[in-house]
Amino acid sequence: MTSTIKPRSPEELRQAVEWALNEGTTLDVRGQGSKIALGKPMACGQVLDLSGLSGVVDYAPEELVVTLRAGTPISEVEALLAQRNQMLAFEPPDLGPLLGLKTGQGTLVGAVMGNLAGPRRLSAGAARDHLLGFSGVNGRGESFKSGGKVMKNVTGYDLSKLLAGSWGTLAVLDQVSVKVLPAPDQTRTLVLLGLDDAAAVRAMCAALGSPHDVSGAAHLPGKTALRIEGVAPSVEARLTALRELLADSDAGMEELGTLESRVFWREVRDVAPLKAAPDAVVWKISSPPTEGPAIVARIKVLRPTAEAFYDWSGGLIWLALPPSADADHAIVRGAIGARGGHATLIRAPEAVRAAVPVFQPQPAALATLASRVRESFDPKRLFNPGRMG
Amino acid sequence: MQMPPLDPAILARRSEIVAALRAIVPGEGVIDDLEGMRPYECDALSAYRQMPLVVVLPETVEQISAILRYCQDTKVKVVPRGAGTSLSGGSMPVGDAILLGLGKFNRVLEIDYANRSARVQPGVTNLGISKAVEHEGFYYAPDPSSQIACSIGGNVAENSGGVHCLKYGLTTNNLLGIEMVLMTGEVVRLGGKHLDSEGYDLLGVMTGSEGLLGVVTEVTVRLLRKPTTARAVLLGFPTEAGAADCVAAVIASGIIPGGMEMMDKDAVKCAEAYVGAGYPLDAEGLLIVELDGPPVEVDYLVERVAEIARGRGATTVRVSNDEQERVLFWAGRKAAFPAVGQITPDYMCLDGSVPRGRLVEVLAEMREMSKMHRLRVVNVFHAGDGNLHPLILFDANDADELHRAEEFGADILRLCVRVGGVLTGEHGVGIEKRDLMGVQFTEIDLDQQMRLKCAFDPDHLLNPGKVFPQLRRCAELGRVVVHHNKLSFPDIPRF
Repeated sequence: MTSTIKPRSPEELRQAVEWALNEGTTLDVRGQGSKIALGKPMACGQVLDLSGLSGVVDYAPEELVVTLRAGTPISEVEALLAQRNQMLAFEPPDLGPLLGLKTGQGTLVGAVMGNLAGPRRLSAGAARDHLLGFSGVNGRGESFKSGGKVMKNVTGYDLSKLLAGSWGTLAVLDQVSVKVLPAPDQTRTLVLLGLDDAAAVRAMCAALGSPHDVSGAAHLPGKTALRIEGVAPSVEARLTALRELLADSDAGMEELGTLESRVFWREVRDVAPLKAAPDAVVWKISSPPTEGPAIVARIKVLRPTAEAFYDWSGGLIWLALPPSADADHAIVRGAIGARGGHATLIRAPEAVRAAVPVFQPQPAALATLASRVRESFDPKRLFNPGRMG
Repeated sequence: MQMPPLDPAILARRSEIVAALRAIVPGEGVIDDLEGMRPYECDALSAYRQMPLVVVLPETVEQISAILRYCQDTKVKVVPRGAGTSLSGGSMPVGDAILLGLGKFNRVLEIDYANRSARVQPGVTNLGISKAVEHEGFYYAPDPSSQIACSIGGNVAENSGGVHCLKYGLTTNNLLGIEMVLMTGEVVRLGGKHLDSEGYDLLGVMTGSEGLLGVVTEVTVRLLRKPTTARAVLLGFPTEAGAADCVAAVIASGIIPGGMEMMDKDAVKCAEAYVGAGYPLDAEGLLIVELDGPPVEVDYLVERVAEIARGRGATTVRVSNDEQERVLFWAGRKAAFPAVGQITPDYMCLDGSVPRGRLVEVLAEMREMSKMHRLRVVNVFHAGDGNLHPLILFDANDADELHRAEEFGADILRLCVRVGGVLTGEHGVGIEKRDLMGVQFTEIDLDQQMRLKCAFDPDHLLNPGKVFPQLRRCAELGRVVVHHNKLSFPDIPRF
């Protein structure tokens, strides 16, 4: 039975890592454990629970920055920002329901560690683009920091980028500063009806290539949605312009108002449109937007019951496949082809995740470099060993 | 400014190194005569000059790969250089290092409007990308002041900014992928036309790494469609505090302007004398706020910004009525540096970033320092994101003034760090702020960064003498000390 260690201060956190280093044990680093079913299964000596390091340290709305402890629940941060009409612009998804948990769990730092992002990824960036700085402990048991609390900072290497998306394998953070942005007054959605995948992606790319500032572009079976946000007069003008731009697609059009739009895009964000069976395998594929339909078509030739929907103008594919021992990883990755992109296995039983690469395998030179980068932070591989494969 | 001592063994091997480079890059691509190397002796931090060991101007990725492999195998240092516009000495040559110029990599390789991306060689200028796509209504967003000359490869190395960062991000937020050559000569691709990384975000860490980790040989950037309209508002305030309050109030009200710049009274005076932009000379603090988007949005936001400014005591509120007037409003700001150059033999441009809320206090303290160091300071800054560009006026021919200017600059940067800011917002550390890194970072912080450097370049051959005040050997940094003692914290909750 793995035991848990729960530090209450940055110094206790540092001591816990130093202790693990001295004991030669490994640490399963968790905030709330909401994404523990994502990644390669691990067998760690000890759970390092960060929930004892929680709370907002500093929030200055006019500075567009919030600083918080690593264990702070994302729901707490979002509620605080909403009071001042601000938001996390990268729209971190709540993957709880997809992973068989209840909604509303997870920490902000957990979302950063997975470099998660919702529909606004294509205009506002991912978690990586919003982490301004952090402090934490490396695998040598040393407290260190990087970045800061200011918007523009090129002092030293941008370790924030590296930590975002490292799934807890480089360092354990105790505090982060994150950029926030004003929430839009209005959110409306233009829905095109009845387009096939290829026509939908063409329409979405045309919309993104227009000056109308589209902040969400998703294609669900039969429904292609374009989000327009901002101040009321601007939203109205841009929606009208977008209707004109897309008039020759011959699709029927509908519109969602602010409240309906918020519900719709929350569902897209949380992968709710994937009406897959609870035991279906779920993949996330990132590709050049125009390649999306061809990738899905190639998979469907071999797996006709595959279900998919698109976000990020076609550049993000959420894919559900019937259960199999190898999650059809060769089919999925083979379908991406030479034009670039990668696939991550988001949901599969533990045995399957243990058997196949959850994250896209890298060419040898890059894999060697990544391994050296890992060692530069955590030479003894204390943190989440094996989670990224 | 102390650079690492030259290695006599390398200097003695010079002719052998030149011959090896000639075997890789034929013809005019290797420059070893003094006159030919002269144009490369400095970058835009021209107070510091140094002739390189030899200059090489490769034309293919294979040649770059062979050069780096040669450098790695024979332990020769190498300094990469784009257009040489670094303001921090990032591409300043080193006497016992090869200078690797990327100037011949100047082609736009592919433009893909549907995927809103452009794939270009690193020597293409920042503005060159926008020029290549403007006929379709697109542009590349980051716009450093040197955009007419600076190369996109250099922008990647420095994570360059510009006046539109607050709304559109820095280089790092507008890159999709790169191809780069490692010191081993291996060529790797990071990213592409898709978003996010399959593993560690090495693209993110390469951006702003100041040429210390690898040589970028291809860049894929994100293109944006140009906003339909843009209008600028000139706001004059009787106090600097009024202007700074207005900046905070605009942002707190939920508006993110395309650009929000501030100038102090002296900067306004210089700029006005130089270009006649119609700036109010009675203002202690001048703001230029640019709003962009569809006309109806711009008109609406212009009105709101004007209202906020009046509420904060603005004595001048002028809105540009056409494109010509908008450009004129900006002309003064964009010419601020050369304008200041008219009233002083030399000036030193600093680049600290501070939390916006501390702006007024920082300005006041800077004035006190100005008295102490007996040198004038003029302030121009990207107010929207708290990035200061204080210009210290001095005469470089007066050794004492140069020394005082350096001291004054260092004091300003220490002040930035003290109020919660950083040494450099967009110009980079280079050699210029290298020795101040200890003000912002602990030794542990710097060791961690150096270990990352070791993962890419274990022999410290790439761009030596930059960024780190003191380089420690990778072998020494790699040791792990394990203390075999018992748990030192019996009261941490464990269960």
